[in-house]
Amino acid sequence: MKEKLQAIKDNAMKKMEECLSPEALNEIRVAVLGKKGELTEVLKSMKDVAPEDRPKVGAMVNEARAAIEAFLEEKQELFRKRLREEKMKAETIDVTLPAKRQTAGHRHPNTVALEEVERIFVGMGYEVVEGPEVEKDYYNFEALNIPANHPAKDEQDTFYINGDILLRTQTSSVQVRVMEKGKLPIRVLAPGRVYRSDEVDATHSPNFHQIEGLVIDKNITFADLKGTLAEFAKELFGEETKVKFRPHHFPFTEPSAEMDVTCFKCKGKGCRFCKGSGWIEILGCGMVHPRVLEMSGIDPEEYTGFAFGVGLERITLLKYEIDDMRLLYENDVRFIKQF
Amino acid sequence: MNTPLSWIKAYVPDLSCTAQEYTDAMTLTGTKVEGFEALDKNLEKIVVAKILKIERHPDADKLIVCQVQIDEMGTVIQIVTGAPNVKEGDVVPVVLDGGRVAGDHDGNKAEGGTKIKKGKLRGIESNGMMCSIEELGSNRDMYPDAPENGIYIISNNPEYQGVKLGSDAVELLGLRDVVFEYEITSNRVDCFGVLGIAREAAATFRKPFVPPVVPETGNSERAEDYVSVEIKDTDLCKRYVARVVKNIKVAPSPEWMKRRLAACGIRPINNIVDITNYVMEEYGQPMHAFDLDTVAGHKIVVRRAADGESFQTLDGQERTLDASVLMICDAEKEIGIAGIMGGENSKITDSATTLLFEAACFDGTNIRLSAKKLGMRTDASAKFEKGLDPNTAMEAINRACALIEELGAGEVVGGVVDVYPKVRTGRRVKFSAEKANKLLGTELSKEQMISYFKTVDLAYDTETDEVLVPSWRQDIECQADLAEEVARFYGYDNIPVSLPTGEATTGKLSFQRRIEGYARLVAEQYGFCEAMTYSFESPKVFDKLMLDAEDILRRTVTISNPLGEDFSIMRTLPLNGMLTSLATNYNRRNKNVRLYELATIYLPKELPLTELPDERRQLTFGMYGEGDFFTMKGVVEEFLTKVGLNGLVTYDPATRRTYLHPGRKAEILYENCAIGYLGEIHPEVAESYGISDKAYVAVLDMPLVTERAGFDVKYTGVAKYPAVSRDFSMVMKKEILAGQVEEVIRKNAGKLLEHCTLFDVYEGSQIEEGYKSMAYSVGLRAQDRTLEEKEITAVTDKILKGLSDLGIELRK
Repeated sequence: MKEKLQAIKDNAMKKMEECLSPEALNEIRVAVLGKKGELTEVLKSMKDVAPEDRPKVGAMVNEARAAIEAFLEEKQELFRKRLREEKMKAETIDVTLPAKRQTAGHRHPNTVALEEVERIFVGMGYEVVEGPEVEKDYYNFEALNIPANHPAKDEQDTFYINGDILLRTQTSSVQVRVMEKGKLPIRVLAPGRVYRSDEVDATHSPNFHQIEGLVIDKNITFADLKGTLAEFAKELFGEETKVKFRPHHFPFTEPSAEMDVTCFKCKGKGCRFCKGSGWIEILGCGMVHPRVLEMSGIDPEEYTGFAFGVGLERITLLKYEIDDMRLLYENDVRFIKQF
Repeated sequence: MNTPLSWIKAYVPDLSCTAQEYTDAMTLTGTKVEGFEALDKNLEKIVVAKILKIERHPDADKLIVCQVQIDEMGTVIQIVTGAPNVKEGDVVPVVLDGGRVAGDHDGNKAEGGTKIKKGKLRGIESNGMMCSIEELGSNRDMYPDAPENGIYIISNNPEYQGVKLGSDAVELLGLRDVVFEYEITSNRVDCFGVLGIAREAAATFRKPFVPPVVPETGNSERAEDYVSVEIKDTDLCKRYVARVVKNIKVAPSPEWMKRRLAACGIRPINNIVDITNYVMEEYGQPMHAFDLDTVAGHKIVVRRAADGESFQTLDGQERTLDASVLMICDAEKEIGIAGIMGGENSKITDSATTLLFEAACFDGTNIRLSAKKLGMRTDASAKFEKGLDPNTAMEAINRACALIEELGAGEVVGGVVDVYPKVRTGRRVKFSAEKANKLLGTELSKEQMISYFKTVDLAYDTETDEVLVPSWRQDIECQADLAEEVARFYGYDNIPVSLPTGEATTGKLSFQRRIEGYARLVAEQYGFCEAMTYSFESPKVFDKLMLDAEDILRRTVTISNPLGEDFSIMRTLPLNGMLTSLATNYNRRNKNVRLYELATIYLPKELPLTELPDERRQLTFGMYGEGDFFTMKGVVEEFLTKVGLNGLVTYDPATRRTYLHPGRKAEILYENCAIGYLGEIHPEVAESYGISDKAYVAVLDMPLVTERAGFDVKYTGVAKYPAVSRDFSMVMKKEILAGQVEEVIRKNAGKLLEHCTLFDVYEGSQIEEGYKSMAYSVGLRAQDRTLEEKEITAVTDKILKGLSDLGIELRK
């Protein structure tokens, strides 16, 4: 009996070893373990075995069966793997064929740049606000310390609707509207469209965009202005960006400054882009003029503040090295799709 | 404003720096240097030389061979030249072998200059080149004594007699200088003159400022006996100072004066004209000279012109005046437009013998407006319009008279006629060092601040803690202005860097901006690129869009001083920009273009405008190529859903949008409120924009959308009970809209309705002419139970009843 079992097992093992296809393997399984299989037959013949030997023989049969099944499984797994590999091999594709893309639209470069600026200042606790583009003279000029007949009014080449209403020449008009509300402290960013009577050319557009910033609180200093804008420049143009503040004049700030950043093309060494200076003028800023605070009902003895104004197109053109402003308003998709 | 370094150095003698150092330092203290140009750029090895002998070139008719002595030791070189104007004995500038000149004799400058090497000209050796003024980088405007065509002859200029051969010709001709160009801010009126800039330079470099010493001038006569002055309009003329010069001797100015004027870009004319220009540059105070013999009654009257009066200015042009223009008149007539230009009738001619010098102070605004109105912005008006210090007038006229005497240009009559109704004095401004530190974020001592003030002639009264501001510094009015003086001389760079402290604020975008963000997101997801177009357009656009003559959108915010008709009105609908942009792409053969814009429109509340218009942002989609009406509709619905407009959106084709295809247009209604429209662009409109393809647009009014938007989502349980689906295949008249069918289904299914989906529309064979078939799948489900058959039947019966009321039958 023992020998018979051993023979069945050895034979089955050998056949399985030599087996070449999953179908053949299955045939072996049926031949050995199936209802009429050799091993099953042995079990059927157990009735002929002496009762005292039955447990021993049973154990031997089970052992043989377990061994055969284990090997069978191993062999099956091998065939399964081989099959999958063959299938995958057949499925090999040319990964360098063109991509299939869902063609999403693109944002206007001005918006891309604006959102970048907004992100920086929102992170610093600024609220983004807006004001009207068609504006009263009062908000655009008078309340900003630019009285009637001030030369600055001419310098900015204002479009007028009538004597009192104009197209705002600067987003600084929003400063006044925010201050007037009287809610302090103030930290706002006011982006928007502004207008000046400039003919359309590579560097001018009669409508363009500015981003105005205004901070008013107790103890705001020029040092805070410098720190804030230096931080902004680093965020926008890269960690290594340096800033330089030059004295300037704006009627609504005192002291006033213009801020330059190190040329991002040559990193300050001087190139054609920055006309050899290594610096690029980026924005105007200053401490809010006490008269401006006063006119909007804020006590300049108690509160101080700073303001800054950035030309959005200036940032856009510089950041993306666009050499003609007209491209921004032409809306050729081949242009917009680059952003 | 341009000034040569040599002129600045005349008043800051200790100044010693390179042009770049000067540029950087001045810019950092507030006098912005825009750039500089070295006059001796590319001029190398150019010496004073004398032509000893001239012979004809043996092989060329137009060339001569010169023997030229190039130093005092008697070194002679041979130079071949084609210049027609030289003769033996002439002293000329010669560039030696290996030297460099700025350009050619036609005035074309070469990048890096032109190198001169010895060589042979038609076989004859030439060891250098004699130079024309153009080759030296200048021109005849600046060197009136230079010949029109040929070599600059040094020996023809009497000032250059006795010059040493071999000496630097560049230096001799005043070209060893640098001209700086400044951007002076409008508040620093004092810096529109060389003296003001020199004062800033002295302060910047901490060197003494030494202004010119102006001696007493004039003979023993009295100017009052020659002329009287009356100011009638004292609001426009703050001061009028007159002096008289007799026996004038018109002659060229000395080279030093010519050179300084030339460097400022002013053409030297003669001593009289040059002196007035020189003083204008130096003090920033324009001056004028009249021929006193033409001044009737020897009387000057300053008054406004009469309306419609005409006047001939000294450039020979006839000008029409009005009562806002200030005039200089004599006892009988106008003789000049104040601050802008003198008259033809009083200009200095060769026969003039006695001059009336005028240095006046006119109202800056009036001059600016008059110059603008008359279209004649002159050097003088450009200075006056800044608003000058009336005290400068006296200094300037005295300086001019001193120069007259120095140059021997005439005999100055003693005394001054000065009409100065209201004397302007300096002001005292209260100063607190503590406040300045608090504003700047610095910790400077009061002494340090006072020392900065002193460098720019701001005295300090320690008794009262006031700064004594001289009248020329009209920009300093308050503490903050003084803080700026401290800041710029301490150095903006030296001020520390900090971040604002104090109460924290919340950084945020407005709700409206968030909704706009979603608009962009959805638009881009659907392949639309963002456009930006001008806010202005031409009123002709309304005809192009075929708006009715009385359409309310033709009522616009109109610009009173537009750049032209195309920029004359503020848009009242966003389509022109969109269609123009689509057309641009179409013309450039870009395929399948989709654009969107968040465009503001400007709707006047009433006309003429008395209050600000309604500014409404319009989410505008436009496309051509792939996609159709329903693609557009899909984008609109996707956006509305995204921002929480989950209520009922319906489409009403009965809309009066003349620019849309009559059969393919709809008003977009959200819960029965019109929030926008969409449709195919009317083929005629598309054609007028040059788009020969179907173009589609959709416009949503963002304020209306934003009002209704929200992100307040409440979870509803995922359905636990099964849904049932019933299909309705119907036949109906063609005119019946899907929207009507859906409305019937919606109403009758009520709360049980889960979905109602159109899956087939068919017209054609098997369907009667004028009819169509539509098939809907209607899903019903209850949240709390499994629907029973009789409930379902009740609902479908109601739906069928509703449909049959519209004349719709189930398809057999």
